Order: sequence, then C-alpha cells, then structure tokens
Amino acid sequence: MSRKTKKLLGAVGAHALIYLCLFIVAFPFLWMILASFQTQKDIMNAGKGLLRFTPTLANYHKAFWQHSFGRPILNSFFIGLVSTLMALLLGLPAAYSIGRFKQRKLSMLILLVRMIPGITFLMPWFSIFSNIGLIDTYLAMVLAHMLVALPFIIWIMVPFFEGIPKELEEAAWVDGSSRVGGFVRIMLKLALPGILTASLLAFIYSWNNFMFSLVLSGARTITLPIAIFSFISYASVDWGGLMAASVVITVPILVMSVFLQKYIVGGLTAGAVKG
Amino acid sequence: MTAWIDKHIRVLFILPCVLFILVMIIVPLGYNLYLSFHSWSMSAVVPPRFIGFGNYLTLFGEKRFWDAVVRTVIFVLIALTAQTVLGLALAMLINRPFRGKRLAQTLFLLPVVATPVAVGMVWKLMYEPTIGFANVLVKAVGLKPMKFLATTGLESLLSLVAVDIWEWTPMVMLMVYAGLVALPDTPYESARIDGANSRQLFTRITLPLLSPTLLVAMMLRLIDVIKTFDIIYATTQGGPNFATENINILAYSTTFSYFEFGKAAAITVLFFIVVIAISGIFLAIRKHAEVDF
Repeated sequence: MSRKTKKLLGAVGAHALIYLCLFIVAFPFLWMILASFQTQKDIMNAGKGLLRFTPTLANYHKAFWQHSFGRPILNSFFIGLVSTLMALLLGLPAAYSIGRFKQRKLSMLILLVRMIPGITFLMPWFSIFSNIGLIDTYLAMVLAHMLVALPFIIWIMVPFFEGIPKELEEAAWVDGSSRVGGFVRIMLKLALPGILTASLLAFIYSWNNFMFSLVLSGARTITLPIAIFSFISYASVDWGGLMAASVVITVPILVMSVFLQKYIVGGLTAGAVKG
Repeated sequence: MTAWIDKHIRVLFILPCVLFILVMIIVPLGYNLYLSFHSWSMSAVVPPRFIGFGNYLTLFGEKRFWDAVVRTVIFVLIALTAQTVLGLALAMLINRPFRGKRLAQTLFLLPVVATPVAVGMVWKLMYEPTIGFANVLVKAVGLKPMKFLATTGLESLLSLVAVDIWEWTPMVMLMVYAGLVALPDTPYESARIDGANSRQLFTRITLPLLSPTLLVAMMLRLIDVIKTFDIIYATTQGGPNFATENINILAYSTTFSYFEFGKAAAITVLFFIVVIAISGIFLAIRKHAEVDF
C-alpha cells in the first residue's frame, strides 16, 4: 500500500469513528424522543424496529394534565432564575475582590464549596429547616440552589475580572467615579460575556439539581427532576409518560445549548486553558 | 460614606459571600461533626445521646458500609480512567476539519448539560432486559441477553459506570479540545524539522503541554464522580439488594430512609475527610505542575 492510500484510509477511518461517536452520543436522546410518542404497548414490543409505531401525544397530555407538570415547570424556572440572580449578587463582588486583590485563600474556600459532597450539609439543613418550618418553602429551595450556583459564578468570574486591565477602572476613578461606581459601570459592563456564561451555567445546574430538591421540596415547591418520579410506581413504570417527562425537562436545556453553545462551552471548559 | 466603602471594598465585597458560606456550609459541617458522636433519630422528644465514637465503630464493623466504599472506589477508578483516556482520544480525533463539525460540537455538549435524572430514566429504559434497546443490540451481535441493572452482581454497577462514562466523557473532551486548540505551533514545527514522527509528537509535545488541562479535567471529574447520586437514584436507588449503593446513596438512605442521623453524620464526616484529602493531593500536584486555576 502506498503512503497516499494509507493516509486516505486513515482519514476515512477517522471520519467513520467520529460519526460513530456522534451516533452513540445522540442515540439515547433519539430513543427518549421516539419513546415519548409511543404507547406503552409499542414500547413493550422491543423487537418491532425503531420507527414502526403510530405516534401519539397521549404521554404529553398525561404529563401536563394528569401529573400536572405546569407547577413543577414554573417552580424549576422560578427557583433557577431567583437563585442565579441572588448568587450573582453575592458572587460578582466576591469574584472581583478575589481577582483584584489576589486573595488566593478565599478562592480556595470557594473551591472547597464545590468539592464538599452536598450530602454533608444537606442532612443538617434538613433537620434545621424542619425545626424552623422552612421545608417546602421557596426560601429554602433558593438558598440551597444558590449554593450550587455560587462556586460556578466565582470559578468563572475571577479569571474574567483578572483579565480586564486595571487601567480601565482607574480611568473611571480619575473621572471622579467611586470604586463601587467604577465596578458597576466599567467592570460589570466589560465582564458581560463572562456574566452571561456564569449565569447560564448557574441556571442549568439549578435546573438539573436533584438531591437538594429531593430533600427540601414538597408539594408546593416541587421541581421537574422530582416530579418525573410520579411516573414510576412500585408495580410498574409508565415508560411513555416517563420519556415525555424527560423530554419536557431536557428540551429547555437543549435549546439553550444550541443557541448559546459558545458561552456554555466557555463556562464548562473554564480553567482548562492557562491564562 | 462612599470614601469609607471605597477604602474597605476588598473586605466589603466578599463579606456577604463568605458569611453566606459560613452559615450554609461551615455551621452545618460543625453540626454534622457534633451529631456524629451522638445517637439520634430526629425525635423532638428524645434529644441526641452522646455515644463517643460509637457511630464510627458501628460503621467500621458493617459489611454494607465497606461494600459501599469498595463500590465507590470501583466506580471512580473505572469512570475516571475511561473518561480521561476517551476524552483525550476524542479531542484528538475531532481536532481536524470534517463535515458537520459545528453540529458535532453541539451534540457533544448535550450529555453534559442534560438533566442527569432524565438521562438516568432513558438509560433505565434502554437497560430494561426485556423491552430495552441494549439487549436488542446484544442479541444482534450474537451474544446472550444481559440483565444490566436487574442483577445483584457487579454487572449492575458497571452498567451505571457506563452511563457515567457516556454522560461525562464529552466534558473531558471539550476541556481537552479547548486546550488543544490553544497549543502553540512552534514546538511542533521545530520537532517536525528534527524528523519526529507522529507518535513522538504526541508523547513528547502534546501530552506534556496538555497535562495541566488534563489535570484540571480529571480533578473536576473526580470531585463529581466520587459523589455520583442522580443517575443511581433515578435508575436503581442503590438496589437491587444494594448492588449499586455507593457512599453517597448509603449516606442518603441512612438519613432519610432509616433516620439514623448520628450514623449518617459519621458517614458524611468520613466522606468529607476523604474528599478533602483527595482534593488536597490534587491541589498539591497542581502546585507542583504549576497549573493555574
């Protein structure tokens, strides 16, 4: 075999491998969507082949009407938004302070928050919150979800603030602006792409959060990842409904990812590349 | 007033955040430590009773605890190794022009951002021995149908490891790819002039230059994979017969199914110490490798 054919074969192989990997990545999502339009009978008949079924909307109808998914959807949005905003309020000034004044020890404390297993503070929260009647309140849910968001915001924003030249801020002080004013008008404005990235990730992780909501929510504050379990009973699983619910949970995140991919990838890979 | 704020901006800006963490994390950690030396079932009538190291000694004598430890270790070792190796390989693989590259990058992002509970549910369906797709595939290649999550053997745990690998390899890939794209060209050019082959380019230049990125990716994965909860709870809740119970699931059920708060506190204290120790080792390596977070 000549060098050229060998190289060509390598390229063909690499492409085949790439598309195979993409298929593996996409397949569970395809399966989820397909099954969400199938009756229980069609799902149970595994040998029928992927696309041979009569599509039905019954599962979605069930999710919204019988299992009243309206409330969990609103709750997930509300808790995600409020906790992200509150975490920004705490996290942005903190990230600025860490970045500008090189407070490495404090940045370690924040990193620690990410490392500690959530279960270690979940149990104390549960007993404290039960005692003061905070279980199944939006306050408790937002506080818990803020703790999910905060480390992401600081992790992403510290290098971002560090990257903004000090001179820009100092120019504002010369023009008579206070430091706080300079921070709000200059730094926050310049850091907007970073803030968008951090907020997106904070929201996604709040939306996806399961363990905190499992313990702290109730009938009033139930979020989507908890509501989905209503399709599973001891005796049987309503697979179609379960998959419809999975689609409902996943779609908002998928849409965000498609349109704001650049920012989300930027946030996920923050810290991967030096400087 | 403004002048005073400006003068103390360094402290004032971070104080609310630190106080929040103190109240929400440090205080609960202390409470946990206190409870771990007590016997308590969250009763309002019977207060916690001091039993010294009793909870810890009970745990150390329990097979269920050690099984959960072993499962956590198996889970972490396999998932972390696979995600690092596959993530690196995938990043190298897509680091070339190909048709649909933008779409591919979007697709690779999906497992990472999709809600883990929903991901767990889909795999629960695919793994279902009689109606799931996994066995259709297994039979198609001429093997005997498998049980996946429906067995008390190691198979169920490994099936969940596979889900974790599917879910998180793309994140390692995205991180490594970001690192690859940022690599300078010069070392490669001079090495090629010196007649280095592609294997030498990889081991002598790419790997050393990428090691900080790989280290960060591995650390982020490690601190998450060690506390895997969502996909296990969604699929098996630790069963059947505890076959998929890791430390996090054990701590959860000890608290919220058995209401043994003291014992659960002891588990979480130990868990906390181990995670912090591992993180400390990583941070030390990072310092040694001069990776900047």
